[in-house]
Amino acid sequence: MTNKELILSVENLTKVFGGVVAVDNVSFAINKGEIFAVIGPNGAGKTTLFNMITGVLPSSSGNVYFQGKRLTRKKPYQIAQAGITRTFQNLEVFDNMTVVENVMTGAHITMKTNILTAGLRLPTVVKEEVRTMERALQCLKDVGIADFAYEMSDKLPYGSQRLLEIARAAISKPQLILLDEPMAGLNAEESRQLVEVILKMRAEGMTFLFVEHDMETVMSISDRLVVVDNGVKIGEGTPEEIYKNPKVVAAYLGDDEAEEGVSYA
Amino acid sequence: MTKKNLKLIYNNSLVGPGIFFALLFCLPLVGSNYTLAIFTMIGFYALVCIGLTMLTGYAGQISLGHAAFYGIGAYTSAYMTATLGLSPWLAILVGALISALVALLIGIPTFKLKGYYLALATLGFGIIVYTAFKELSSITGGSNGFFGIPSISLFGFEFMTDQSYFYLIWFFVFMALIFSRNIIHSRIGRGLRSIEGSEIAADAVGVNLMKYKLQIFVTSAIFTSISGSLLAHYVTFINPDLFTANTSIYFLIMVIIGGSNSIWGAIVGSATYVLLGELLKHYVPIILPNVGGEFEIVFFGLLLVLTLIYMPNGLVPQFIKIAGKRHKKERSAPIAFSIDTRATGGKTND
Repeated sequence: MTNKELILSVENLTKVFGGVVAVDNVSFAINKGEIFAVIGPNGAGKTTLFNMITGVLPSSSGNVYFQGKRLTRKKPYQIAQAGITRTFQNLEVFDNMTVVENVMTGAHITMKTNILTAGLRLPTVVKEEVRTMERALQCLKDVGIADFAYEMSDKLPYGSQRLLEIARAAISKPQLILLDEPMAGLNAEESRQLVEVILKMRAEGMTFLFVEHDMETVMSISDRLVVVDNGVKIGEGTPEEIYKNPKVVAAYLGDDEAEEGVSYA
Repeated sequence: MTKKNLKLIYNNSLVGPGIFFALLFCLPLVGSNYTLAIFTMIGFYALVCIGLTMLTGYAGQISLGHAAFYGIGAYTSAYMTATLGLSPWLAILVGALISALVALLIGIPTFKLKGYYLALATLGFGIIVYTAFKELSSITGGSNGFFGIPSISLFGFEFMTDQSYFYLIWFFVFMALIFSRNIIHSRIGRGLRSIEGSEIAADAVGVNLMKYKLQIFVTSAIFTSISGSLLAHYVTFINPDLFTANTSIYFLIMVIIGGSNSIWGAIVGSATYVLLGELLKHYVPIILPNVGGEFEIVFFGLLLVLTLIYMPNGLVPQFIKIAGKRHKKERSAPIAFSIDTRATGGKTND
């Protein structure tokens, strides 16, 4: 790996719920411009891992560093302000707003308007609003749903709502976008469209971390990935390397003998 | 190009409010003193409800303690003008500052709570402040009330008549309405609405939920305090019973009846409350001569329940529907009666 710039590093991250170790000492590092995936069977601890990185859940031990700064114990909104945004597995669009307002809300951290300047609607506020709306419309164009800009967001088809979440996550020009099972619930056409958007944004320099259990997509678009099973990292590497990893094959195919090396909590 | 686009999502035109207030300001030409007094009262409540609508409808927080800020404004004005002889305008400002500070101090611990707990905490706060008004009798006059609050004057003009107070309060309502609408149609408004849309996603795009809930709470406390201050000068006599938990509950009822999804709901709600209240005062004793004074809370309680069941978004969407129906009469698609079950004003954002 040449001239790689480290962007996110997860070090010995652990989460214990009561007596159950959901995530056990997982470490990995993501470079700038990569599409990095975390995969694993259902219940492997992917979502828990994801929630710890985004600050939704506090970790029991271990650390997350983003561009050299420690994110551990930061609140979700502070993590967003640091430059990490995300999408949700079970869509979380703002269904009380139009599509374009959703994306404009994504630009929240890039704007300066405060309650006083907003109330007085100073010229700077109007200028900022116009500029933000322009950018939001562009983001909608980028993901291909500009036609819906003025619809209420809950009227959009499922696949378009996911694209909307990506536009909302991208407008603030974050350093890293986390995608939580982006393919869940999408049909083949919608998946293809989504993959296209992700690849295009990566070509423009965006870094992605995503959690997914649909192996096919993961293998086709990710540069590197880690595999977790029962909260433990059982493999890391390029898709080709992962295909050859006996532990991974065992976890997915359920081969008892090959699983011996895996420690259970 | 996009200033036009912005108009597609936010109507910031002054035409609507302009027409409304122009018509309203003609009222003194035709109305009697009684009518003016009623509309002045609506104005006092509307100013409170505009702030409360932002808090309830846009930030999704319920306060049952706003009578406290109403009272803080009123008593600060009373004390500073009648006892200390200071300028009423200074008193309004000081009252607003005290209310803002109290709102901040109360808000920080309370907004960690949600739903019923938040409502209960604000209710408790309201009762504490009410008790303070009653017990601090050296300042407030205690249960006997505070007499002899002087009237307001501006550049030598003294506000004495109903008519002058009518203009004064509705001027403040107009300013508050525009100020609040500007907030709603901005980054702050989207931040607030995002809390109701999806709290977890709001957090993930970097909206500091606590900060905005607090800011709106403080803003609404300031509006309420100003209304209370002006009320004190208007009625010249106040007592703690004007600022009980009941008053807080009535404020919330007005907001919900009007509809907390629109800033106009505040005006519609307070007008409905005052006008219905007047009708009740006239007709209930005629129909039921033996009824006591408490029929009002029973009636409005019932109205609140019915509103929540049959029109959870209050009266304003009904007006819009009726207007929209007339507009699309030719198409005659009978969809106008479907009850909008989305976001209700009174719900918690949990």
